[in-house]
Amino acid sequence: MSMGRAMIIDDFILRAALAGLMVALAAGPLGCFVVWRRMAYFGDATAHAAILGVALALAFSVSVFIGTLVTALVMAVVVSTLAGRGWAMDTTLGVLAHAALALGLVAVSFLPGVRVDLTVYLFGDILTVSRTDLLIIAAGAVLVAGMMLWRWRALLAATISEDLAQSAGLNPARERMVLVLALAITVAVALKVVGALLIAAMLIIPAAAARVYARTPEAMAALAVGLGAAAVLAGLGLSMRFDTPAGPSIVSAAAAFFAGSVGGAGLWRLVRG
Amino acid sequence: MSEGDALIRAEGVSVAYGDGHPVLRGIDFVIRPGEIVTVVGPNGSGKSTFLRAVLGMIAPSAGKVWRAPGLRVGYVPQKLHLDPNLPLTVMRFLRLLQPLREVEVAALLAQVGVPGLAGRAMGTLSGGQFQRVLLAQALAGRPQILVLDEPTQGLDQPGIAAFYRLIEEVRRMFGCAVLLVSHDLHVVMSASDRVICLNGHICCEGTPNVVSNAPEYRALFGLGTQGALALYQHHHDHDHGLEREDGHLCNDDADHAHEHGESHDH
Repeated sequence: MSMGRAMIIDDFILRAALAGLMVALAAGPLGCFVVWRRMAYFGDATAHAAILGVALALAFSVSVFIGTLVTALVMAVVVSTLAGRGWAMDTTLGVLAHAALALGLVAVSFLPGVRVDLTVYLFGDILTVSRTDLLIIAAGAVLVAGMMLWRWRALLAATISEDLAQSAGLNPARERMVLVLALAITVAVALKVVGALLIAAMLIIPAAAARVYARTPEAMAALAVGLGAAAVLAGLGLSMRFDTPAGPSIVSAAAAFFAGSVGGAGLWRLVRG
Repeated sequence: MSEGDALIRAEGVSVAYGDGHPVLRGIDFVIRPGEIVTVVGPNGSGKSTFLRAVLGMIAPSAGKVWRAPGLRVGYVPQKLHLDPNLPLTVMRFLRLLQPLREVEVAALLAQVGVPGLAGRAMGTLSGGQFQRVLLAQALAGRPQILVLDEPTQGLDQPGIAAFYRLIEEVRRMFGCAVLLVSHDLHVVMSASDRVICLNGHICCEGTPNVVSNAPEYRALFGLGTQGALALYQHHHDHDHGLEREDGHLCNDDADHAHEHGESHDH
């Protein structure tokens, strides 16, 4: 009896941990580009649009993954198109992000006969990740990590200087679309893990913490994956022990790592004089 | 027309942006191996557009641009803003587009006069060092043509002279052609084979006149440019009644309205 119970607990914790690690794998390198290209708010807008995607998916009885993927993609394309036309981005993103979130919340309340627990989508529900969920999350995360790896040189060149990239025959507009697509996929797969409100945190915080110690872009991306993975495990542990919500616990752990790495670096400079 | 030995040839190229107003019109241009061509023009004269058009970064709305097949271009962008959150050593930057070995990176840095910087973070370089690292990056692919967009912005007169001497040196070492854009209408690189004055169209082109040893020039700019700078004298159609000098080709429109200051000795 007690053995069986232990097995069950192990099983869903294992799935939760694997799902979280997968998200960390995708969010590490992608988050670096979000930081380098100052797309933080862009990530937020895309993630908030996912709530609208949840509402639409439930209304049309399609998979929530598909719904969030499509709306996140539409939002990302709209935002990057407007940015290309010279719109003031902070205002535009502020309008779009919150409009999508509010519209999503309203749309969900209209759904007949469904009492949807929205906190699941706002803050994630990593402990209920099913075997199918895990497969989709893993597929999406591996796809994003693969895209980052495949396009790494071009993405990096276009990020450092679009002119330089273009002079070498690369197409910066194409690389922007690669990032937009990767962001939409990441939002769709991370929704269940950390929730719409905290996806951007998983992109930015590990990357920002990694920046302190990295001397090359590659090191920063690798370190961001490592720190993200550690935050997932630490946050899950925290959530188990103190019965706190898993998504916010993971982000809290990441924030603690960030504070530690920034503070540690400051202390190190102080000690060295 | 036969392409001959040209690296890049443009014929009747016009470029128009969104509103249909042409930024460039009727540009004929050719650059051959080893040539140094300086393009000068006031702000808004279409210099950057010209570079983008001949490099194929934008499509012309009329005319055509021909580039030698497989042309290797080394490009030094006008400015490069690195986000402080992007960790980048000089070594990593030079390897951005070309797979270089460590010894090759060290050699390149020595060739542009900043040896031993490979391990430094890009963000810690001085303006002059940064400029030379950009140049090294452009040379990493052994270019047939080196293209520089306003490379001397922010440099003082001795700095500009030193940079121009370096470009001459680089041309000698690499045997590449040099296409350089500058907003300084009067002081150009003396080693330029041709100077093209641009203001929406090609106003005039010709050879620079080396006057760095002229007393007036020394009085104005001080010593020590070692002949790297030259004055470019503009000769336009609207300078009536004056004899035109050798080698200057002027196809200026009557309505064209840019001024080249008072110091001309037409």
